Amino acid sequence: MTQPVSAGRERSARSISAFLLDYGIIIAVFLLYIVLSLQTDAFFSIRNQLNILDQAHQIGLIAVAATVVIIAGGFDLSTGAIFAMSGVVAAMVARDLGAHEEFAAAAPWLGWGAGLVAGTLLGLLNGVLVTFFRINTFVATLSSGIVFRGFALLITEAEMVRVSDRAFRELARGNILDVRHTVFIWLGFALALSFILFRTRFGRYVFAAGDNPEAARLSGINVNLVRTITFGISGLAAGMAGVLSASKFLKAQNDAGQGLELISIAAVVIGGTSIMGGEGAVWRTVLGVMLLRLIENGFNLMNVEPFYQDIFQGLIILLAVALDALRHRRS
Amino acid sequence: MTTTPLVEVRKVSLSFVAVQALQDIDLSINQGDIHALVGENGAGKSTLGKIVAGVERPDEGQLLINGEERHYTHPRDALRDGITTITQEIALLNNQSVLHNVLLGQEICRAGVLQRRRMLAEFQRLVELTGFSLDPDETVGRLHMADQRKVEVLQAVARDSRLIIMDEPTAMLADDETRVFLEIVRNLKSSGHTIIYISHFLEEVLALADMVTVMRNGRIVRTAPTAAETTHTLVEAMLGRSMLEMYPPRQPRKADAPVVFEVRGLQAPGLSHIDLQLRAGEITGLAGLVGSGRSRLARTLFGALEKDAGEILVRGEAVQLNSTTDAIRAGVFMLPESRKEQGLLLKQSIRSNLSLPHMSRIVGRGGVIRRTRESARIGQLLEMLNVVPPEPRLIVNRLSGGNQQKVLFGKWLFHQPTVFIVDEPTRGVDIGARRSIYELVAELAEQGVAILLISSEIEEIVGLAHRALVMRLGNIVAGFEADEDGRLDEKEIMRAAFGAEEAETEGVRT
Repeated sequence: MTQPVSAGRERSARSISAFLLDYGIIIAVFLLYIVLSLQTDAFFSIRNQLNILDQAHQIGLIAVAATVVIIAGGFDLSTGAIFAMSGVVAAMVARDLGAHEEFAAAAPWLGWGAGLVAGTLLGLLNGVLVTFFRINTFVATLSSGIVFRGFALLITEAEMVRVSDRAFRELARGNILDVRHTVFIWLGFALALSFILFRTRFGRYVFAAGDNPEAARLSGINVNLVRTITFGISGLAAGMAGVLSASKFLKAQNDAGQGLELISIAAVVIGGTSIMGGEGAVWRTVLGVMLLRLIENGFNLMNVEPFYQDIFQGLIILLAVALDALRHRRS
Repeated sequence: MTTTPLVEVRKVSLSFVAVQALQDIDLSINQGDIHALVGENGAGKSTLGKIVAGVERPDEGQLLINGEERHYTHPRDALRDGITTITQEIALLNNQSVLHNVLLGQEICRAGVLQRRRMLAEFQRLVELTGFSLDPDETVGRLHMADQRKVEVLQAVARDSRLIIMDEPTAMLADDETRVFLEIVRNLKSSGHTIIYISHFLEEVLALADMVTVMRNGRIVRTAPTAAETTHTLVEAMLGRSMLEMYPPRQPRKADAPVVFEVRGLQAPGLSHIDLQLRAGEITGLAGLVGSGRSRLARTLFGALEKDAGEILVRGEAVQLNSTTDAIRAGVFMLPESRKEQGLLLKQSIRSNLSLPHMSRIVGRGGVIRRTRESARIGQLLEMLNVVPPEPRLIVNRLSGGNQQKVLFGKWLFHQPTVFIVDEPTRGVDIGARRSIYELVAELAEQGVAILLISSEIEEIVGLAHRALVMRLGNIVAGFEADEDGRLDEKEIMRAAFGAEEAETEGVRT
């Protein structure tokens, strides 16, 4: 047993380190802002800031949805493949309908919509695989991702899908008051998910499912349904990102978005959402995404070799996972 | 006898958080004896076994093996002295062969390469020693339970055990398998092994053991030669005197209270033909040993386990309770037996935990939580439950066991149920919280809730219930009504639970 005096000191030391564990991400992003502002003049311009936010939309969309999946106790490794599939579907629908006179005006809208529907359905399919067949989420989405990508290859016949109608670009390239649509879309999505998690019944159920599925079930909650919906949300997000990518470049291909799933999960972990489930927040993930983007942006502005970026990013992810493990050992 | 006992325990005490598990235990176990430990659930039998096996460390007192003091910090240390344990659950590598399981940790290798021939020879030696016949190459998972037990015994013998601690070894075995197993235990004794035999089955103990130690509430009541005991004397010693002061005064039942919950001919895995009636305002105790099917019945009634047949009526209307959602909607609530595994969301706030089963009552359009409505109800609940500290946003993990239990209870008080099934409501809580939980149960009954109280502590049932049902082997085998003074007879309940009646009429099972 420790003496009362040292016990008191230990407790205050513990609460400081607990604070750092909980809010380290805020401090890290803040420090990074200061360092980058001091290092380069170009960094702190509104233009560069908006640019960073725009570039963050892909990872941002997928990562905030991954936060919900992870809080509910799952993982989605198929988002990169859903991204590709949705982009391809959106581009194909826009291209093919655009060729018919009577649909030409609505073709971009139908394309965007088809991409979102495809993404959501594939996500829900993941949910069914995971809950109905009781397959481990890691394995299930790893393999379903391979299948989805295979289908993308099949329907495109490995060809690039090009959309000629420039109106299709409007979704990703358009802006309101000089701010790209993408920025509104991903931050709006993050806000919506945050509201759902903390202010709705479904949100409570998501936390319950990830914290203790058995207790949740014995409280009258359909845990399988909750989990399935979280995968649907993840599919929707990956679909949105895929559609935006197709829209931005007026083209889509089957091998797009490789590795997006991992970098998105990394952003969730960096933000401080626990990979054990039952804990976490969307704002954390938004900061996690920003941290990754700031590092990239800053390194670019300072002309650092890109491979240092990878090493640095990898180390940060490792640090975040280690901190999560540390936090769990304490509680 | 003047020889040194193989095991001697002197003044041993051990407490877990808020629970005194063992107090002042003195016990000697003679070389070559089968020494049984009996007592109610929670009496401390298993804990005592774990101390000898090096799994638990005593707070106070000494453990002597062969007259020498030992301070085990790990089961490995006990293993080195030839002490092994066989538990209720079979603990083997299911996908590995019999041979690898038996010689697990005792593999014979040369330069890290397994020497199969020499291992087979060793296996043969062990088989001859014990007289078992087992195929060394069979996969353990494909064996019958009794044969898996043999593998465990061989494992123990392979590890040169002098003392084998068996904790409820027959609990999971069928009758004929039990018979085979008891024969194995006798053989072990005749080959010079000493055995600590922890069991609920008094007939088994009387037929098998040389000595029997009765425990109650973490203390030893007495140790005596088995020849001097009967099931009756053992049951009496296990019960002791009760602590009736703990319980709130019992409200008399209303004679005309309606039946609000009825089960007809329920069939489910592990349960056979259950009929049950619960009246409004009545507390019905459900007694029985661990594994008798009480919790299984509770979970089945709550829609958490599947049923094969049967009818359930709530307030006279037939209802389908196929999921916990159905049950909650029908006003049938259940407090699960395990707070941490089945009850609470430990990483969530008190508020989230309390409102979880009743979200539909506090959400508005689109499932958005109406926070003022939620806060108001949570505030009332915290006051009523007397949770310390009454802070709705506190993470449940930070609360003490007793306060966690109150939160668990509170989950089901958010609005009033018709039927409340409470499974082990006071497991692992301190005296103070215990008392408030008893008061809550009594108060709910007074408000007209029908309560099914499952408890391993007969005293709890006797102290609270108006009537008692007893389960054994998946059946309700007996029912008792309180007498004119509102009293239930603990001994009758206990005897029915242990099947002592049966043992007397059928003779001792061997």
